[in-house]
Amino acid sequence: MKPRFKTSYDADIDRFHGRWHRAQYLILVAAALIAPWILGNYYVGELSSVLVWSLAGMGVMLLVGHTGQVSLGHAAFMAIGAFTHLALMLRGWPFLPALLAATLASGISGALLARPILRLSGIYLAIATLALGILVEDLAIVAEPVTGGVRGLVAPPIELFGFTIDRYGTPIAFYYLCLSIVVLVTLAYANLLRSPTGRAFIAVRDSEISARALGVNVTRTKTLAFALSCGITGLAGALYAHLAQAVNFESFLVIISIALLLQVIVGGLGSIHGAFFGAVVIVLLPQGIAIGRDLLADVGIRVAAYPGLDMAVFAVIIIVLMVLEPRGLYGVWLRVRTWLELFPLYRKGMFRRARSYLKTERLK
Amino acid sequence: MSLLDVSNVSLSFGGIRAIDGVSFTVKPGEVFTIVGPNGAGKSSLFNLISRIYEPADGAIRFDGRDLLACQAHEVIELGVARTFQNIELFDHATVLDNLLIGRHSRRRTRWFEDLLFLPRVRREERAHRRQVEEVIDFLELAAYRDRMIQGLPYGVRKVVEIAQALVAEPRLLLLDEPASGLSMEETESMAWWIEDMQKDLGLTIVMVEHDMGLVSQVSDRVLAIAEGRPLAEGTPAEIRAHPEVIRAWLGGVEEA
Repeated sequence: MKPRFKTSYDADIDRFHGRWHRAQYLILVAAALIAPWILGNYYVGELSSVLVWSLAGMGVMLLVGHTGQVSLGHAAFMAIGAFTHLALMLRGWPFLPALLAATLASGISGALLARPILRLSGIYLAIATLALGILVEDLAIVAEPVTGGVRGLVAPPIELFGFTIDRYGTPIAFYYLCLSIVVLVTLAYANLLRSPTGRAFIAVRDSEISARALGVNVTRTKTLAFALSCGITGLAGALYAHLAQAVNFESFLVIISIALLLQVIVGGLGSIHGAFFGAVVIVLLPQGIAIGRDLLADVGIRVAAYPGLDMAVFAVIIIVLMVLEPRGLYGVWLRVRTWLELFPLYRKGMFRRARSYLKTERLK
Repeated sequence: MSLLDVSNVSLSFGGIRAIDGVSFTVKPGEVFTIVGPNGAGKSSLFNLISRIYEPADGAIRFDGRDLLACQAHEVIELGVARTFQNIELFDHATVLDNLLIGRHSRRRTRWFEDLLFLPRVRREERAHRRQVEEVIDFLELAAYRDRMIQGLPYGVRKVVEIAQALVAEPRLLLLDEPASGLSMEETESMAWWIEDMQKDLGLTIVMVEHDMGLVSQVSDRVLAIAEGRPLAEGTPAEIRAHPEVIRAWLGGVEEA
């Protein structure tokens, strides 16, 4: 690991710290651009799915991981995004304006709901958002003119810059569409984190009392975080509608909200990477289990296809992670990276968690 | 002409009268110390000034403006920064990050500018960092700049918390027990820093402190309170010799 010599403030302000850091991400994007040409159509679809869930995960991460507010109802905002987007497209709106409107609609509904909901904290906030999720499930059936009722809505093909993009017809084009949106949102998210707004989010997460004393308007900051989070999740919902080709009330059940929350926890709270790591796990775990079952069958061990097995495995992963590495997969990644960078000088105790001092007499 | 004017404030928690009619004024440029036994209401007074608690009665004015009309997060924008008795730093961030958060009251960019990281945001960030580096220099924190708060010695954390308040460029600094838990040497350097802040930065300081050595060394005037009521006000020497104060501290030896 080379020591960094900073010669200007920009060294800390810049998004990438040094050329090698930038190169790593360029290689990653290049790999993402090449991937669909190497992989088959099925895996391109899976990759698009990873991207869509990463996007939704980033929405949740912003709220849960960076602002410290729990939400068990984010599928509701995916639903708002998806239904708004499809309803507008089916009424003749072009793709991009409809996508933007869907993002705004979910963001604004998030902001409106934030005011009453964010008066609660901790477990009470979780319950309130859970109730919201259940409410939207029902609304999706009741609001038939917009949502298509029980049948739901079918996603029309996307017309964009003269191309027709369809998840099955042109999977690579759809993948690129998802990729570009995800890259843009990730850049904006990273911008937020290196600016006063992101610092205010983190301050609210770590100590509301201190944040307030330093001049952070806690209510406003939480509302903004909720709005941005819901906007990103709504955007993911709109893309998901195209990924799934059709959505109805069953597309956004409460279990999806819970999965989203678990996704960011497994990925690692408080890091953008975590949203991506978590999405990879959540999307590829069922495939991994299927492949593992086939491998076992090959050597003569037969495992029945239990329904819900992937959820059980997922649960085990979470428990193991929480015990061994509370920072999630991102924490594991940090260790691996440090090991590689320091090889052969890595010491065992380097990532031992520092003893935390007891905080007494918290003003609350 | 007073900078901070606290007049006749009272505070109740249920049936307990934590503060009962305390008044004092702080002149620009002085170090004003509030002393008193445990539970006298010293920290509660600070929490009233920084608008964490709502007084039952009384008025607080800063530089002619009504502080009670402000919300808690607006107090620092007026120029009143504070530290906490138990250190309220962000443990999982570096010293530098903590100080950058301290600049929040001086931010001028809106969230959508931050989202796009417009050139203005970068200019502002540079200005924030320049100010932060000045404070790091002033309080000699350069060695700890990139260290996590979590691993820092207690004494350093105390200084970081003062730095976090200083980066907001306040006019009035509220220090809640700056020397509690510090060693002799650390207390000594704390005294120097308080003097430096008063003389070099021209800050007005209101301090709550138990260490009478430190209090005598740096304070211009001292207010002694007990059980939420003011006992005496004067120079450090006057307060130390004041019979009421001695009785409150030593528990009424004469009557015993």
